Amino acid sequence: MPSDHPGANLPPLSLYVPEPRFRPGDTVDFTQVALPPAGQARRPDTAEPAATFTDLAYDLIRVLDADGQAVGAWNPRLSPDTLRAMLRSMVTVRAFDERMFRAQRQGKTSFYMKCTGEEAVAVSAAFALDRDDMCFPSYRQQGLLVARGWSLIDMMNQIYSNKGDRLQGKQLPIMYSVRDASFFSISGNLTTQYPQAVGWAMASAAKGDTRIAAAWCGEGSTAEGDFHSACTFASVYRAPVIFNVVNNQWAISSFSGFAGAESTTFAARAIGYGIAGLRVDGNDALAVYAATAWAAERARTNQGPTLIEHFTYRVEGHSTSDDPGQYRSAGEASAWPLGDPITRLKDHLIAIGEWDEDAHAAQDKEVAETVRAAQREAEANGILGHGLHQPLDTLFDGVFEEMPWHLREQQAQMLAEETASGRPWARK
Amino acid sequence: MTNTPTTRMNMIQAINSAMDVMMDRDPAVIVMGEDVGYFGGVFRATAGLQAKYGKTRVFDTPITECGIIGVAVGMGAYGLRPVPEIQFADYIYPALDQLVSEAARLRYRSAGEFIAPITVRSPFGGGIFGGQTHSQSPEGIFTHVSGIKTVIPSTPYDAKGLLIAAIEDNDPTLFFEPKRIYNGPFDGHWDRPTQNWSQHPAGAVPEGYYKIPLGRANVVREGEALTILVYGTMVHVASAVVAEAGVDAEIIDLRTLVPLDIETIEASVKKTGRCMIIHEATRTGGFGAELSALVQERCFYHLEAPIERVTGFDTPYPHSLEWAYFPGPVRIGEALKKVMKD
Repeated sequence: MPSDHPGANLPPLSLYVPEPRFRPGDTVDFTQVALPPAGQARRPDTAEPAATFTDLAYDLIRVLDADGQAVGAWNPRLSPDTLRAMLRSMVTVRAFDERMFRAQRQGKTSFYMKCTGEEAVAVSAAFALDRDDMCFPSYRQQGLLVARGWSLIDMMNQIYSNKGDRLQGKQLPIMYSVRDASFFSISGNLTTQYPQAVGWAMASAAKGDTRIAAAWCGEGSTAEGDFHSACTFASVYRAPVIFNVVNNQWAISSFSGFAGAESTTFAARAIGYGIAGLRVDGNDALAVYAATAWAAERARTNQGPTLIEHFTYRVEGHSTSDDPGQYRSAGEASAWPLGDPITRLKDHLIAIGEWDEDAHAAQDKEVAETVRAAQREAEANGILGHGLHQPLDTLFDGVFEEMPWHLREQQAQMLAEETASGRPWARK
Repeated sequence: MTNTPTTRMNMIQAINSAMDVMMDRDPAVIVMGEDVGYFGGVFRATAGLQAKYGKTRVFDTPITECGIIGVAVGMGAYGLRPVPEIQFADYIYPALDQLVSEAARLRYRSAGEFIAPITVRSPFGGGIFGGQTHSQSPEGIFTHVSGIKTVIPSTPYDAKGLLIAAIEDNDPTLFFEPKRIYNGPFDGHWDRPTQNWSQHPAGAVPEGYYKIPLGRANVVREGEALTILVYGTMVHVASAVVAEAGVDAEIIDLRTLVPLDIETIEASVKKTGRCMIIHEATRTGGFGAELSALVQERCFYHLEAPIERVTGFDTPYPHSLEWAYFPGPVRIGEALKKVMKD
């Protein structure tokens, strides 16, 4: 260090590097997490200007109280049938995750990502949106597909890259694309879907359509430049879009502090853009539903975009390639003060006399069997690494609408090389 | 190719006309970018379009290239046919992720469920004292990306026909416009008076719809002595050098780099036995390297001399030393002598 520069007598600067409160082996204490009581947050009119409810970007919208009752202005007053359907979807998502995680461990596919603890974030949103509203998900919103009744077998076919895979084995498992369920093609590149959702929403508005768009990213991905460009575009053109930031506290091994959570909330990001910002208990299925329905109404009435931070917790590892025991305390998930979204919705249904433990246990069993049956059917189409599920030459399909000469040449070369190799693939 | 009346146009007017024609024909075509709306673009390429088609079809955007392309990809997924502008190719890099990871791969990764039928227009190339960030030729970055088409016109007539073809094409296309020749062909003699398109045959442009298919080169001069592979501004520089040197060169304006018109290239080099490649872009990893490799692979037994590349140097584009950097008449002339020597 030079000692002769003009400021040499000033106290030295220091660099602050955030550190999560708990590391492996630490006892977890979440009492510092501010949890406003359910029912406390006000519910403004959707037509009010964004600047009039900045308080909600720092609050936490909660509907389900400790007794399992739905309280306050955000209570969406859903019918018991809807509540049961939401619960069933969430249970299905969890059962699906369990089976597919295990399938990866059994070597039937290369990769999987669970959304355990975050089921309400996607499932409730799907219930609050119209089916033809276009969703631009990240990789952890499989609940959108399940809630929209999409085929589990079709999802599994994609995970196995088998002959039933509509994506022809071209994509990493769970990078679904389901146009028929208004579910946009998932990309591995984080937050690229954000400006795309805005563009889709702008197109819908420019055409006088009535459909809106919704996008999801994790809190870690809000640090990407695309998040900023999307918020700017959405604000400038008042695009009918809902931004969902799933704040599950962790971006692989990096705690939310590395995305800026120590200084502010993610919902508060909206304020600077002039976007409505809501911060929601992401483990409260009714709060997620109510916030999404509010944002959808706002978008549909040309009042512009909303950013919803879903405050939740990533219960499992980031993916099948991750071991969270290496970087965070094993006690975190059970100590998480917002509980489990499935348990909370179940308790609510029981509290209002529309469900019971026996029915829940029976449903668990039934759903598990449904998922198992789907798995059997999907595996009949093949699993990854066992045989050739797509003809070799399909490798070149879809790079362009029509195959140019250089791809035709490479395709012919590949087939000739395979034939010369004598490998069994070439004979297919 | 067309029965509509012909008007004298410079390249800017031709590009403007292409967008006008396509917006009139297809309500899905929209134009967006920095300063393209009310103002009509910093190069006037979109002048008058907003007044004619309205603000929801021609609009100004925030200054965010990743946003412009990301939004265009989303609009394409909806079913529109966006024509976003990146003000200078030197500023396309913030949009690289959206172009490379998204637009280029969307059809492939979704097995055709979603497509990105976008045409990204961007002024490129040097010769205008643009310095480091108003002169670059980044085409080689994009020709390396599977799933993107790259088009570079060299005349007003081609610019309109190729742009219409690009807008109609269902694949994402980069349309690089050599801004040095927006107003007239440039022979590389920076110290002489500039020409304009009014005297040039390719400055006669049909007013209505026509297109030049992507993937087809244009033989601008037939010859027997050597083949010159070239595109953009350098088509005119090469033509001038060849005329001055009195060499019977076959000059091929590639027009589309991906997909490339390999048949025309191969037939020509097999006929002439010699090949020279000229581009403004830096040399190492430039598109010339791909051209050289293809010619070597396909025409090896017909080659009478090593393939010669005349390119920008492997430096950032300089300001004051522009005419030392630019592959102009002196450098091309020397290379011509070298390749013709044996």
